[in-house]
Amino acid sequence: MANSTHYLEQLEDEAIYILRETAAQFERPALLFSGGKDSIVLIHLALKAFRPAKFPFPLVHIDTGHNFPEAIEFRDKLVAQIGEKLIVGSVEESIKKYNLKETQGRFPSRNALQTYTLLDTIQEFQFDACIGGARRDEEKARAKERIFSVRDDFGQWEPKLQRPELWNILNGKIHKGHNVRVFPISNWTELDVWNYIQKHEIDLPKLYFSHERECIVFQDKLVATSEFIQPLPTDTVVSAKVRYRTVGDMTCTAAVPSEASTLPEIIQEIIATSISERGQTRLDDQLSEAAMEDRKKQGYF
Amino acid sequence: MKTLKFITAGNVDDGKSTLIGRLLYDSNSIHTDQLGILQKQTKASQNGEIDLSLITDGLRAEREQGITIDVAYKYFSTAHRKFIIADAPGHEQYTRNMITGASNADLIILLIDARKGVTEQTKRHASIGSLIGIKKAVVAINKMDLVSYSEAVYETIKAGFEEKRKELNYDEVVYIPVSALTGDNIVQKSENITWYKGNALLPYLETVEIPTAVTQQSRFQVQWVIRPKDEQYHDYRGYAGLVLSGTYSVGDKVKILPAGFETEIVKIERHQNSVAKGQAGENIVIHLKDNIDISRGDSILKINELPQENNQLKTWLCWFDNTPLNLSKTYLLQHRFKTVRVKIQAIEQKWNINEWKFSTTDEIKLNDIAQVSIKTNQNLFFDAFGEIPQNGSAILIDETSFNTVGACMLL
Repeated sequence: MANSTHYLEQLEDEAIYILRETAAQFERPALLFSGGKDSIVLIHLALKAFRPAKFPFPLVHIDTGHNFPEAIEFRDKLVAQIGEKLIVGSVEESIKKYNLKETQGRFPSRNALQTYTLLDTIQEFQFDACIGGARRDEEKARAKERIFSVRDDFGQWEPKLQRPELWNILNGKIHKGHNVRVFPISNWTELDVWNYIQKHEIDLPKLYFSHERECIVFQDKLVATSEFIQPLPTDTVVSAKVRYRTVGDMTCTAAVPSEASTLPEIIQEIIATSISERGQTRLDDQLSEAAMEDRKKQGYF
Repeated sequence: MKTLKFITAGNVDDGKSTLIGRLLYDSNSIHTDQLGILQKQTKASQNGEIDLSLITDGLRAEREQGITIDVAYKYFSTAHRKFIIADAPGHEQYTRNMITGASNADLIILLIDARKGVTEQTKRHASIGSLIGIKKAVVAINKMDLVSYSEAVYETIKAGFEEKRKELNYDEVVYIPVSALTGDNIVQKSENITWYKGNALLPYLETVEIPTAVTQQSRFQVQWVIRPKDEQYHDYRGYAGLVLSGTYSVGDKVKILPAGFETEIVKIERHQNSVAKGQAGENIVIHLKDNIDISRGDSILKINELPQENNQLKTWLCWFDNTPLNLSKTYLLQHRFKTVRVKIQAIEQKWNINEWKFSTTDEIKLNDIAQVSIKTNQNLFFDAFGEIPQNGSAILIDETSFNTVGACMLL
């Protein structure tokens, strides 16, 4: 690893620049906030970009209804602490409104359904830009994303027709009804995010740190039991020391066995691991080779 | 060390993806679950060896066709440095995507198949890299294993490129004989190429210096005005932006353009902390002595370091749109945070990138590169791209489709 934190400043400068550019170029931007570490970092960056003024955009949470209670609790605490506006879009309501069919299977993901709620929320509040915490190192379709990713009325990503994006000059001009997904931490890696959290002592939900949890052993993964995931008689259920490396839905995010209860310990584990972030924790990416590309084409971020 | 951003240019056939795969694989930057996926994808015909090129093609269409369509970004780090690779398409059809990747790169790796030597494509990529402002180039002469690690082959290719190089603007070009497939001279010095005295590729990338632009004249455009408008910060008025070049210090006498007012910097903040100065690449918030009407796109400049001011410009133009340039149409020119309306008045000359020759033309089509003269509807405060790239670059936007149709490097 590079021997100074200079590279973290480079990444921070790039992200703040993108946040300000979004505020300046769009009439109704929004920051998508999930309560996960990447969007918590985004909020930290927005504080640096806009304080002492208020954020020039609201925070938007697309609530799948399958969240970890710790994440929701943390979300509300942080929002109160910084005194910014939070809009919650509910996947539960979209399911009722459109009579959507839930994904079947043992560990159903509402990732695909989330897109309906996101597009609905964008339409309701007429957002023209949505800032998200997606990173290019996460996944190979995301490795192809622009910083300003233009989406049409259907929210579709057109990977073969992306706008050229030169230097750091960002073109946010769009037709009415279209929107732009903005990715300020595109160039951050998972490790960069953790190093940044450590450097700036950013508070995280407790579930990122080692704790005792009852989990179902599913293939090579540990999935927490919860009101959404009940163990079957045939399941092996263990009580294990775990932490979460990513925080998605309770139904499709796996825990990582870990004793790491401090940031330096977590960072050591992440440096040492030979498994990728999504590979270790997401049950929904592994359905097919192009799962993410397909979701993005349908309007996912 | 600063993170090194580099672009790899060449065809899949030249071993570009294999090279990237090799760098990632040998620096332990590929996770085992991703390797598992690769193993599944690797065809049985390849004797069970992992096809490293599968690491880079992220889109379904790319995997189907075995080509790179758009730039993909890959990240890895060693004990010495962090790296960002822009893996760019080689096909002429996707030149605009290559330019996207090249525009943020500090260095370009030009991959040449030792059996084929310098091709039109090499020239095109070298030309684009130079034009877009990259100062360092590595000519990686690949597949040395297929030419018996011949020094003569290496020397011939090197001489061929050197001869042409004076027409380009690279400060440094190094030539490294490699084999991405076998790993020769990628991470470690090759035992098969004893006549080569230089560094292997990765050690070179780990140590190459990329100078920052602090010694240039100072440039700053207001990106965003911070005005809290509440009781506590009633008088707070901060001009946020990126220092494009040079340095700004508290006490600097500055001129605001286009208004023309002169005033003084009384305070500089960086992430809410007061600092004495801000330098190139840093986001700062400037506070001025006088209350002046200043908005986004206005320039704050030291009074003795003023840029060019004009509404007539000459510029390099790379054209990205399927619809050719229309000389009777108005376009938008986005010069950092300031957007003006422009007309292209004349096509001066076209740069034939495959042959490195100028020619005359009356049409600019997709992927063409030319020098043109432009008229803007208000004065721009700019520098030549060759002097201060951050204040000499702009994009051209179609007024009705809003697409980015061109890149401008001002002359």
